[in-house]
Amino acid sequence: MTIDGSWYLALAAVVFTIGAVGVLVRRNVLVMFMCIELMLNAANLTFVTFSRQLNDIGGQVAVFFVLVVAAAEVVVGLGIIVAIYRRRVGATADDPHELRG
Amino acid sequence: MLHFAYLIPLLPLAGFALLCVAGRRIGNPVAGWIATLAVAAAFAMSVVVLVSLFAHAPDGRLFTQHWFTWFRVDRLTVDVGLRIDPLSVTMALFVTGVSALIHLYSIGYMEHDEDFAKFFCYLNLFVFSMLMLVLSSNLLVTFFGWEGVGVCSYLLIAFWFRRPSAASAGKKAMIYNRIGDAGFLVALFLIFERTGSLDYQTVFARLGRISPTDLVAIALLLFLGAAGKSAQIPLFPWLADAMEGPTPVSALIHAATMVTAGVYLMCRINPILHAAPDAAHVVAWVGVVTALVAATIGCAQTDIKKVLAYSTVSQLGYMFLAAGTGAYVAAIFLMLAHAFYKALLFLSAGSVIHAMDGEQDLKKMGALRAFMPVTAVTFFVGWLSIAGVPPFSGFWAKSDVLENAWAVSPALWAIGAVTAVLTAYYMGREFFLVFMGDPRWQGARPGGDAPRDPGWVMGVPLVVLAACSFLGLFIDLPFHPTWTFLERWLQPVVGASAAVHHYGLAELWGFGLADVAFAALGIAMAAAVWRAAVNRPRLEPRFLFMAWFIDWSYDRFVARPGALVSSFASSVVEARVIDGAVEGTARLVRRGGERLRRVQTGYVRTYAAVIVGGIVILVAYLVTRAGS
Repeated sequence: MTIDGSWYLALAAVVFTIGAVGVLVRRNVLVMFMCIELMLNAANLTFVTFSRQLNDIGGQVAVFFVLVVAAAEVVVGLGIIVAIYRRRVGATADDPHELRG
Repeated sequence: MLHFAYLIPLLPLAGFALLCVAGRRIGNPVAGWIATLAVAAAFAMSVVVLVSLFAHAPDGRLFTQHWFTWFRVDRLTVDVGLRIDPLSVTMALFVTGVSALIHLYSIGYMEHDEDFAKFFCYLNLFVFSMLMLVLSSNLLVTFFGWEGVGVCSYLLIAFWFRRPSAASAGKKAMIYNRIGDAGFLVALFLIFERTGSLDYQTVFARLGRISPTDLVAIALLLFLGAAGKSAQIPLFPWLADAMEGPTPVSALIHAATMVTAGVYLMCRINPILHAAPDAAHVVAWVGVVTALVAATIGCAQTDIKKVLAYSTVSQLGYMFLAAGTGAYVAAIFLMLAHAFYKALLFLSAGSVIHAMDGEQDLKKMGALRAFMPVTAVTFFVGWLSIAGVPPFSGFWAKSDVLENAWAVSPALWAIGAVTAVLTAYYMGREFFLVFMGDPRWQGARPGGDAPRDPGWVMGVPLVVLAACSFLGLFIDLPFHPTWTFLERWLQPVVGASAAVHHYGLAELWGFGLADVAFAALGIAMAAAVWRAAVNRPRLEPRFLFMAWFIDWSYDRFVARPGALVSSFASSVVEARVIDGAVEGTARLVRRGGERLRRVQTGYVRTYAAVIVGGIVILVAYLVTRAGS
């Protein structure tokens, strides 16, 4: 049984939307972080889908780059989050707004 | 020996540099002696150059000495160098000679001044500039010297700058000269544009390339410059105010040297003037009218130096009359004679002022001949010379001018003759008021010392100049061709363009007797009116005392509207328009910044929302537009 490629794309769109909305509406920094991962993976899914459809290995290579970048981003992002929690336990994303103009 | 000519301007420059660096340490009076020696040595070098020039044939008496190239831009090459020819050497001789005597005199006159060294520093710089002006081989370097003497005259007129009148007189001289200098500059532009050079030799060789109209324009623009420097109508009022400077300065700058720069320029460019006869007419007429107007003003002044100042303007008018009628030799002759007798008169007046403790009002002097016999005699010699009494040099020079004026137009001659009578009259008035009559100063200085003749430092220049005023007659005598020394000497420079009128002996006697009659008439008038009287209000009308209200009307119709425009510009244009534009821009940026900073909320979600919004718009655009 083969599933039509458009389903994968629809799934990717849904996952991306969940991630985007999550970043916008949640205050918890960790959850926002996971939402960013969701968006990245939605993009990855799109890449793989098109790679399969077009028989082009380039899309899958891009996925590897995205994974590597995501891993690096996790390191930096978690570092920032830990630094924020160290100053104030249970801080939300709105608490550090010292850079307000 | 000619190559030593470079020392002529460089010696005063060295004196200036030394006094500039160490003047204060060298102090009074050694600084004055150094300056005097520098100029005297320059005079000696001029004599050496003169003698070695005699060794050459008359037509070969032109040497140019290249020093270095000042700058080279496209077609324009400006070389700094000297042009040694009879005219420039004559000028260098009398500039250094008269300056040396005035330097010597200043050592005595400025004895008690705290800025003694500074004074001599300026004097040396002035002599250097003047020598560059007369000796340079290039019009632009002449202009450099021209500006140099302008700066020095500013510094020296305003030497006692703590007096507001002196400070503003310096400014006035500067501003009037600026007007003339603008003309000079434009003339330089025109000459370069038409001939591609500013070197005298090249310019004169290429005069054919200039159209007659342009020649007239060039000559008139140069004359505007000369009128500024030499105080001719309409730019003469500064010279009377310039009497605020120390008296040696008046003698040096405003009688003997700087003001003659304009006449020198006219003689130097004689090929141009010759090729533009219309311009030459203008020069002659402006000269003679200036001579008359200034002479009438001189009749009503009460300041001992102002009479001399207007007399200088008047005599300069004569020189321009001579230059305009093509009598360049007469112009130079009168310039030399005038340098002697006017420096003499100024220095004698300086002695009087010195002895009277700074009193300059003619009405408060009188009877000084008994107290200052040397000064009285030297002033007397100066008076007879300027009045045109034979055998003093002034007679020969003035006759020469008037004869040549007659040949061009009897009207010019007639105005010149009236001026000659007035000259004898106002100088006689001054002589009688100062040296004859009753001592009107005794009430003002009860128990004080009587005025005395100055010491030898100031006396020697007086006597030497008096001798020169007399001996000047041997420079050029009309009776026989072998006696016209100056004419033959200047022949290579001005010969081609000079107007030559050979009068017979009878005509010469006629002119001579007429000139004697004018002088005698003026002196007789002065003696009749002023021998006994002190105040004659009808002979000193306010109109003449105020110098025909010329200065007054410049003030009323030019200076005050100018000041109004300036104050409008400073209070309205500057404050509102210019500052408004600058401050308005700053205010706009500040307000805009204040609005824009609200965007920077510090909340991550805001930024995220903006990014998402942006992406949505971008995607919407791509989906709807990019496809089509």
